[in-house]
Amino acid sequence: MHEARTPTAEVRASSCPGLSTCKYSLAYCVRVGDVYQALADPTRRLILDELSDRDGQSLFELCGRLAVRHGIGSSRQAISQHLSVLEDAGLVSSSRSGRTKLLHLHTEPLREIAERWPVDPKD
Amino acid sequence: MGIRINLTSVFVDDQAKALAFYTEQLGFLPKTDVPLGEHRWLTVVGPDDPDGTELLLEPDEHPAAKAYTAALVADGIPAASFAVDDVTATHAELTARGVRFTQEPTAMGPVVTAVLDDTCGNLLQLTSPA
Repeated sequence: MHEARTPTAEVRASSCPGLSTCKYSLAYCVRVGDVYQALADPTRRLILDELSDRDGQSLFELCGRLAVRHGIGSSRQAISQHLSVLEDAGLVSSSRSGRTKLLHLHTEPLREIAERWPVDPKD
Repeated sequence: MGIRINLTSVFVDDQAKALAFYTEQLGFLPKTDVPLGEHRWLTVVGPDDPDGTELLLEPDEHPAAKAYTAALVADGIPAASFAVDDVTATHAELTARGVRFTQEPTAMGPVVTAVLDDTCGNLLQLTSPA
């Protein structure tokens, strides 16, 4: 049922200018720039919050949550554009339940940030 | 003028199937069933208000109707919204009977909402007070 749509490494590689000198892995290098851009917008961070609260939402549910819980009155189209940025960064994918498109959260790209700048253990 | 809302409608892909779903699964009562050539003037009412607003189960024959319902369903948008006593309990009851939901009960400010598939081309929202 889930037709996860995650960007391929090949597509992303062309968008990474520092690829040849990158000291990190391909998967890391080609994604992380998009992750920063994706996270830079407060509405996109709220989208991730709501998908984290419940994975597998329709656009209707997500827009309802953003409006009622966060006062985000953006149009459905504007939210769709935010979602495509998050999809490009590998943070969101979609699947079909019947004929309804459902949105899923993927946090794997965030791990790459923590690997680049490890968080000191609290001791 | 005394104007009032006595009828609202949803487009359905099969009137007989729709009548079965709206009565057997959702608990509406048949109200009017008049043959009109190929189709029927087919309405149902809520069991607590048999003289209240009727819901017309209207054929989605027109090409624009099919495009409209399909586009709403893709984005998870309900074609109609109905009130129940307790969305969470209704969700549990209908799920046990095999009804598919695209949105589980969710607190949306003053109400709890859920969205189900009517199997006739529409999503329907259920609401109850939070």
